[in-house]
Amino acid sequence: MEYSLLIIVAPFVLFLVLGLLGMKMKPSVAGIIGTLGMALCAVLAYTVAFQYFFQTGRVGETWAAVVPFNFEWLRFTDNLHIDLGILLDPISVMMLVVITTVSLMVHIYSLSYMKGETGFQRYYALLSLFSFSMLGLVIATNIFQMYIFWELVGVSSYSLIGFYYTKPSAVSASKKAFIVTRFADLGFLVGILILSYYTKTFDFGLLTADHAQLVTTSFAGGTFLGLSIATWALALIFMGGAGKSAMFPLHIWLPDAMEGPTPVSALIHAATMVVAGVFLVARLFPVYFFAAPEVLEMIAYIGAFTALFAALIAITQTDIKRVLAFSTISQIAYMMVALGVSEYGGHDGLGYMASMFHLFTHAFFKALLFLGAGSVIHAVHSNEMDQMGNLRKYMPITHITFAIACLAIAGIPPFSGFFSKDEILAAAFHHHPVIFWTLWIVAGLTAFYMFRLFYRIFWNTAPKSPKGDLATAQSADFKSPLHGAEHHTPHESPLAMTLPLIVLAIFSVFSGLIPFADFISSDFAPFHTHIDWLVAGLSIGVALVGIGIATVLYAKSSDKPAELARQMGGLYKAALHKFYLDEVWMWFTQTVIFRYICEPIKWFDRHIIDGSMNGLAWITQKTSSSIKGLQSGQVQFYAWVFIFGSLLIAALVLFL
Amino acid sequence: MNILSLFVAIPALMIALLFLCKEMKQIRAVMVTGASALMFLATTLVVLFLQERAAGNAAEMLFVSSTIWYAPLHITYAVGVDGISVLMLCLSAIIVFTGVFSSWNMNMAKEYFLWYCLLSIGVFGFFISIDLFTMFLFYEVALIPMYLLIGLWGTGRKEYSAMKLTLMLMGGSAFLLIGIVGIYYTSGHSTMNLLEIANTLHIPIEHQRWIFPATFLGFGVLGALFPFHTWSPDGHASAPTAVSMLHAGVLMKLGGYGCFRVAIYLMPEAAHELGWIFLILTGISVFYGAFSAVVQTDLKYINAYSSVSHCGLVLFAILMMNQTAMTGAIMQMLSHGLMTALFFALIGLIYGRTHTRDIREMGGLMKIMPFASVCYVIAGLASLGLPGLSGFVAEMTIFVGSFQHADLFHRVFTILACSSIVITAVYILRTIGKILYGPVQDAHHLHLTDAAWYEKVSAVGLIIAIVAIGMYPFGISDVIRESLLPVIEKLI
Repeated sequence: MEYSLLIIVAPFVLFLVLGLLGMKMKPSVAGIIGTLGMALCAVLAYTVAFQYFFQTGRVGETWAAVVPFNFEWLRFTDNLHIDLGILLDPISVMMLVVITTVSLMVHIYSLSYMKGETGFQRYYALLSLFSFSMLGLVIATNIFQMYIFWELVGVSSYSLIGFYYTKPSAVSASKKAFIVTRFADLGFLVGILILSYYTKTFDFGLLTADHAQLVTTSFAGGTFLGLSIATWALALIFMGGAGKSAMFPLHIWLPDAMEGPTPVSALIHAATMVVAGVFLVARLFPVYFFAAPEVLEMIAYIGAFTALFAALIAITQTDIKRVLAFSTISQIAYMMVALGVSEYGGHDGLGYMASMFHLFTHAFFKALLFLGAGSVIHAVHSNEMDQMGNLRKYMPITHITFAIACLAIAGIPPFSGFFSKDEILAAAFHHHPVIFWTLWIVAGLTAFYMFRLFYRIFWNTAPKSPKGDLATAQSADFKSPLHGAEHHTPHESPLAMTLPLIVLAIFSVFSGLIPFADFISSDFAPFHTHIDWLVAGLSIGVALVGIGIATVLYAKSSDKPAELARQMGGLYKAALHKFYLDEVWMWFTQTVIFRYICEPIKWFDRHIIDGSMNGLAWITQKTSSSIKGLQSGQVQFYAWVFIFGSLLIAALVLFL
Repeated sequence: MNILSLFVAIPALMIALLFLCKEMKQIRAVMVTGASALMFLATTLVVLFLQERAAGNAAEMLFVSSTIWYAPLHITYAVGVDGISVLMLCLSAIIVFTGVFSSWNMNMAKEYFLWYCLLSIGVFGFFISIDLFTMFLFYEVALIPMYLLIGLWGTGRKEYSAMKLTLMLMGGSAFLLIGIVGIYYTSGHSTMNLLEIANTLHIPIEHQRWIFPATFLGFGVLGALFPFHTWSPDGHASAPTAVSMLHAGVLMKLGGYGCFRVAIYLMPEAAHELGWIFLILTGISVFYGAFSAVVQTDLKYINAYSSVSHCGLVLFAILMMNQTAMTGAIMQMLSHGLMTALFFALIGLIYGRTHTRDIREMGGLMKIMPFASVCYVIAGLASLGLPGLSGFVAEMTIFVGSFQHADLFHRVFTILACSSIVITAVYILRTIGKILYGPVQDAHHLHLTDAAWYEKVSAVGLIIAIVAIGMYPFGISDVIRESLLPVIEKLI
């Protein structure tokens, strides 16, 4: 399957072509080149997937890991070297399909959504770069290759989030995203250093082989602060994953990242960047399970907390993209929990399978939600729920597809989200009741806030004076005047935008029916799953309750929500302000780093270090100017000194 | 004539020709031809060097030749190169070449370029010499023109900065001279040739204990070792564009190169014994430089402190004394040289148009001068270690190499040094966000022009080199690793 190399070469070539020559092209040409290139990638990815899953991938009872291409890029020591290669196994092939599909939909969608924007060519160049980085990340054969593409993902998301670079909020959002994830990457890097120091390899194959025997045996029982070194290394690697996957408390970059164009949010937050952390843990799953089960336990609890925390915030937000952002955090946390509660091998590895399953289904319905939101924003030129309402008449396709996505994420059968979420809950159920009930509550909350969003956009009542409101509504994205200024009735988006919605809706409906356990499992051996009707009943029940409450409160406009918010008082306010975490981080960076570290260092440098150098120069100058009088050139003075000096020496000789 | 001597002869010839020039056109013609000849020479040298190596010539230094200069003290003009010096020569050639384009419109161009060529003689001479005294001589030749170039063509508090820079570096070279004389006498005053001292003679350990700190400190001042780095921010801030480029790009590398070629190579025992003292200082440099850069408001100061941080990493890696870390150190020298030169070229370009270097007074330049801004972003990304650009491979080689050190203290220290990557991201993105993005701050800036063709040549040349290292690190790393073997063998 050497041609799989093309999957990642193609987007890179596209990036170079569009980045270097894009300005010379007509925008539409650049867009079409980019889209066709991505379509080629998607076709190749599907071919690879077909060939892997149905022809060559299965060896006996298990799925093989195929490395069709590998070369040594940079040698550090005899054992440690960065290779660039392609690793095909069930999860990476699955990710190829997910990424190329969503990316292609975003490419098509953007043709219309971004039309007329300045920097249209740059946008497509960056999309290609982003797809390239993400594809390279999932096919990495070794952890350092993953780190390389990990960083590339960081930079390309930085440029995409900051696409509207003249807008200060977009600039600071992109900066925040980069620095927060960079901070997390530091943990990743240090983790890699520690891990490779003991195991003498970066290679995923060697690290995970034979129940991660290499890792469990090579750490010579060292401990630090009561935890083994292996635990530290893997916890630090998880920190990298937590940064990209927006786990508490490193999630703060994600809501702000909504400053980017909406299709970008769909790409970054549905299928690509944010699942990188989940993918990382899944990739190293045997290592985590056998060498550091404590870390997995920690991941489960962090995940459960993040899921609940983000869901609570999502309920209060009024910016539709922010609701989706917090929903992403919450759903990604679900996947993390699934990995955390999973065990290894056969049916015990249910959590692992469920996590990948949810990653798969979530990618489609979350992309659909974001693109649907984009379609709405495109129509009303605002992100705020208050500016919307009753749009179902004007935008039937968006309405239907959005409803499908909401049902899928809420976990209503037979939509895809139900199946994957059910497996996660079943895995959690067998692990620990606290985690299970937390996730159960989150499932209810998810259904509630998604339908709150849905009703407030498409049902409810339109804003009181639609004309005035819509006309003066703040332009949601930084649109050219052509879009924002003039008023018109909301209408359905053009085909280039609705087609991706329809395709994704089809995926959202049916992707849950795939027998995932046949393809993906923690030990590469297919196993059988069945729906646990107790768990399923509980989850459907809570979802219906959530939808029911949302229907009562939001299907028609009423004072009930405001009343409820008043009664909740402090909790509502705290959730609305995202539990004040932004302020805490702000205080930390602005006050601690800037005022208490950097400023004193600057002062110290100028006054103490430089001061002492200047002082040295000053002393030299003073000394020389005070003794320069001695070299006066007056013979009388010299003679006087000479005679006096001789007498002094004579006296010393005589008397001592 | 030895091919290496051409590196000194070409700038000398350029000086001679410059005296004959009358018009700006002729001056430019001489400079461009000369600088291109140097580039060509450097390329030829690489090819010849690789051919020799491929043909199985395993000598430590190639193209060696030696002429007695002053017999009583065994001073010879001895030249020779290994892979590392070849790379350093290439770096110098690139930066001299691009520097010419960055100083296209100088006033008093003739005098300026005269000193510029003299500076180049010093730099090239230093990298080809294998005789301690000749090396020192060229080192001094490189320092003196700096004083005039900053004092006459600089901006701001130029006299003060020029004086400060020269005095501090002279102070460093005083230590260096003591060290070199010490090496000569304690090794049995029979030769000044570096290779002969390293391979046949031995400096007694009790003498190494004072000579090693003296030489390391002497070169370390030039490598911006904490606390002797303060010449760098002031010096860079006042220097004209091309001089900043050459200074940060090449001259600071003289420090790192010297530390490893003279201090560590000749005195490995003392390096093992006393290295930790300097390791702590370099560790401080890495952090201190990065944190200082975060709160600076002058573009050149930001870059100067960032250089302190990056060059600190070079010395840090050299002191780890294993093959991988030292390979990383050399790569970091190349990478830092190229990207700082790019930074200074672009800052010069921006300053020449906006007449300010204060980041608070600029904004939205991306709209006004897209070409220059994109180049600035690339330089920034290289500096914060984006894979595919040179900074990443250099830093990762350093970190992985340093972490292989057997001693726990060194490993913990490496982890601390790693955290500089976050702080680097903070100050780079802060600068980019302030000056390139956001709304335009000053209405006067709206009419500024983008880079002219000669500025584009300079920026594109440097970017090509940065990308080449970033994409093709294995070739370069192999050359360095192989050249490091003699040093590593002595260290074990």
